[in-house]
Amino acid sequence: MQKIGVFVCWCGSNIAATVDVKAVAEALKSEAGVVFSTDYQYMCSENGQAMIRQAIREHGLTGIVVCSCSPRMHEATFRKTAVSAGLNPYMVEIANIREQCSWIHKDMAEGTEKAIVLARAAVAKLHKNAPLTAGTSPVTKRALVIGGGIAGIQTALDVADAGFEVDIVEKAPTIGGRMAQLDKTFPTLDCSACILTPKMVEAAQHEKINIISYAELDSLSGFVGNFTATIRKKARYIDEDKCTGCGVCTEKCPSRKGLDDFNMKLNKRGAVYIPFAQAIPNVAVIDPEQCLKLRTGKCGLCQKVCSAKAVNFEQKDELIERQYGAIVVATGFKPIDASAFNEYAYNDSPDVVTSLEFERIMNAAGPTKGQLVRPSDREHPHEIVFIQCVGSRCTEDAEKGKPYCSKICCMYTAKHAMLVREKYPDVNVHVFYIDARTPGKNFDEFYRRAVEQYGVDYIKGMVGKVSVEGKKLHVQGSDLLNGEQVHINADMVVLATAIEPDPTARALGTMLTASMDTNDFFTEAHPKLRPVESPTAGVFLSGVAQGPKDIPETVAQAGAAAAKVIGLLCKNELTCNACVAHANEAACNGCSQCERVCPYGAISYEEREIRSPEFRGVRRIAVVNEAVCQGCGACTVTCPSAAMDLKGFTNSQIMSEVDAICR
Amino acid sequence: MKYSYYPGCTLKTKAKDLDRYGRLCAEKLGIILEEPDNWQCCGGVYPQGEDEIATKLSSVRALADAKEKGQDLVTLCSACHHVLKRVNHDMKQNETIRLRANNYLKLDSPYQGETNVIHYLEMLRDKVGFDNLKKAVVNPQTDRKIAPYYGCLLLRPGKVMAFDDPEDPRIMEDFIRAIGATPVKYSQRNECCGGYLTLENKKAAQKRAGAVVDSAEQAGADLMITACPLCLYNLDANVPEGSVPVQYFTEILAEALGVKEEV
Repeated sequence: MQKIGVFVCWCGSNIAATVDVKAVAEALKSEAGVVFSTDYQYMCSENGQAMIRQAIREHGLTGIVVCSCSPRMHEATFRKTAVSAGLNPYMVEIANIREQCSWIHKDMAEGTEKAIVLARAAVAKLHKNAPLTAGTSPVTKRALVIGGGIAGIQTALDVADAGFEVDIVEKAPTIGGRMAQLDKTFPTLDCSACILTPKMVEAAQHEKINIISYAELDSLSGFVGNFTATIRKKARYIDEDKCTGCGVCTEKCPSRKGLDDFNMKLNKRGAVYIPFAQAIPNVAVIDPEQCLKLRTGKCGLCQKVCSAKAVNFEQKDELIERQYGAIVVATGFKPIDASAFNEYAYNDSPDVVTSLEFERIMNAAGPTKGQLVRPSDREHPHEIVFIQCVGSRCTEDAEKGKPYCSKICCMYTAKHAMLVREKYPDVNVHVFYIDARTPGKNFDEFYRRAVEQYGVDYIKGMVGKVSVEGKKLHVQGSDLLNGEQVHINADMVVLATAIEPDPTARALGTMLTASMDTNDFFTEAHPKLRPVESPTAGVFLSGVAQGPKDIPETVAQAGAAAAKVIGLLCKNELTCNACVAHANEAACNGCSQCERVCPYGAISYEEREIRSPEFRGVRRIAVVNEAVCQGCGACTVTCPSAAMDLKGFTNSQIMSEVDAICR
Repeated sequence: MKYSYYPGCTLKTKAKDLDRYGRLCAEKLGIILEEPDNWQCCGGVYPQGEDEIATKLSSVRALADAKEKGQDLVTLCSACHHVLKRVNHDMKQNETIRLRANNYLKLDSPYQGETNVIHYLEMLRDKVGFDNLKKAVVNPQTDRKIAPYYGCLLLRPGKVMAFDDPEDPRIMEDFIRAIGATPVKYSQRNECCGGYLTLENKKAAQKRAGAVVDSAEQAGADLMITACPLCLYNLDANVPEGSVPVQYFTEILAEALGVKEEV
């Protein structure tokens, strides 16, 4: 028989105003096993905790029930209190009489009755509690960062600076990501490449950072502290160690049909190419779709001109297996496909471009060498219309657009408008917007400068249609402030397309068992208090993979993710959650249903020899990896033979609680 | 292939060509179009008022009749198609309208939007198939540059009509290709012709119809086709003399299938 102490907290007036705390303490005295029951103004205070410690010692308590706030608030506090008085931390039960009682009731009698019932349930459960001991698992001191954009680079640098090995796996032939494609950055208008490339170089030269470019995660197993990843390094048909990046092959390549991804397919490139001048690694790559040698067996010109003998048409994909303690998802974004929005004539005219295409057009290393010209006839435009929220905040037509705000478009459109007016004062610039959202440091000032100083014509309203009329683009929109239709004959139209997670994110989320929202953004462990951690232990989130954000925010989040990674890798071993599932081998029949519902991949099976009175022989039994199990309980309710149970929340404990409530 | 066929009043009076060429072509393609005995006017305009049930009843009667026969309901007039399709959607989705319509009509079994309403063009695309239509063509319209005019009623609201992408439709272009002609793409193909404004604000209707025809002309069309009697009227009567001629799509189809002379 347990000797139980009950401690009823007033929480100032939070509880005491709606619950008669003295009556609760009094009522609980008559419960079986309760040898001590009292109330106090703030149980979580040092005095309150001292009262608990004293009672445990004086009355020889074997377990305590604290009637207070949610266990999310102070369960850890009271467990520590119990431990300091010599109790097992799992012999503490919290009856939540604040969030689930006093805060939601107005009537004192009702509130008191419910508090008593909740306390009785906790006592009933505590009778069946057993001391639990959490296990430990070792930590591999190496981090994997998936994605080599600014988010991945920053996280890698911060983790590496703390002294841990980091591998960056980047699917493109170079790191740099979207930021490398940008011309200028808001709100300071500094050159994107100028601030990014030093970071790229720093990552490349860092002795603790290993960049695995043109590679993707192939498979993953293991758990926090002990991941095993298989990375597929795609064949680039160039020996990375030999290639000097001289670029002779890229000039000589006779195939000129490949579209330049870095320039948003606005120009052509050879089959062998270096994505851009500051690429890291500065190594060529052969596009097998375009290469004449790989497709037809004839050509091989690049091989002949390469003085470093780096071209290798025999190269195959390579699989690399590595151990990691932590994984950072930094897979970033892409703009949505604008072709679904043909009301803006994106499919009908090359002069209708997306903002990222416009970014390349404005860039000195872009397809027009930074000259603002119409893609159709290379003529200088005089009238440019920007349309914001193309596919963002799209609730009516969700399959076409996205319901969320892409967050960065207002600012980059203001930037584009300003850059055009600065460089070409003869060009009229109109911006159609729903709202101008500029909450950020120096953001609103920036937007106002576009309007007031640069004379950008902001029109509140959306565009209904863009139609191609001869060489012009006829833009028909509404001006909501003046309540009138607007018709503009433009030379170019720029669509501020929504951003969406990189298409590789969904498959990666499945591989990592990291949860995602309906838009394929990775979800945080807690939207406010754990914003850079995935609910899956050991997986961290950096950059737009978690949600739309701009560069300063991405860098800040990347640093935060790095801090979490460092905190994990600093430890030599991890304490596991003691409230984990386990299978009763006598009842388990190895049906695999628990494995299928486990969101953490914690369940596997083994053939085990069973010697029980009913059965002798080898049977397939579920085994829970206690380091991975988060104690969610999905398996326990799924198990058809009631073989799965959750320590600390066993089926019989929960039934006891229900019985106590129904008594 | 046998379908219920709802012609609508205009096809019995002003738009007889749309109807009779449509029937001839269907016959040629081996399709039986069965006209219900006692169909009534759909009203011509979809009644937006949620509390007004009487204006939806004629549509529900035609829909329920097709359900009784177990047939899809084929329409030809854009306006009828629009009204029937949307009322059918209401009967499927809107509990209040469904309940009230059924309470009023007291049908043998309540009508709940079971009938599949398809436009003649959808029938050609989905049931006959444009490939098969192409094979049935005896007079390919090879030299013709035809501008399809969708208007607004067939396409919108996009999710309810589920006819084609309202911003970038292609069904009529594919139809034109199937009869051997060249489709002409122009910006105003899915814009309003002015519609009923022709009755009270002729200038507005003239402006809209003029813009549509002008746009088709600029794009090099020698013929425009439509499925809507009112559009045909506006694009014909409200534009300057000598503009691009406009025809019902069934007429050019009859020509292509070699059944036009039979009229």
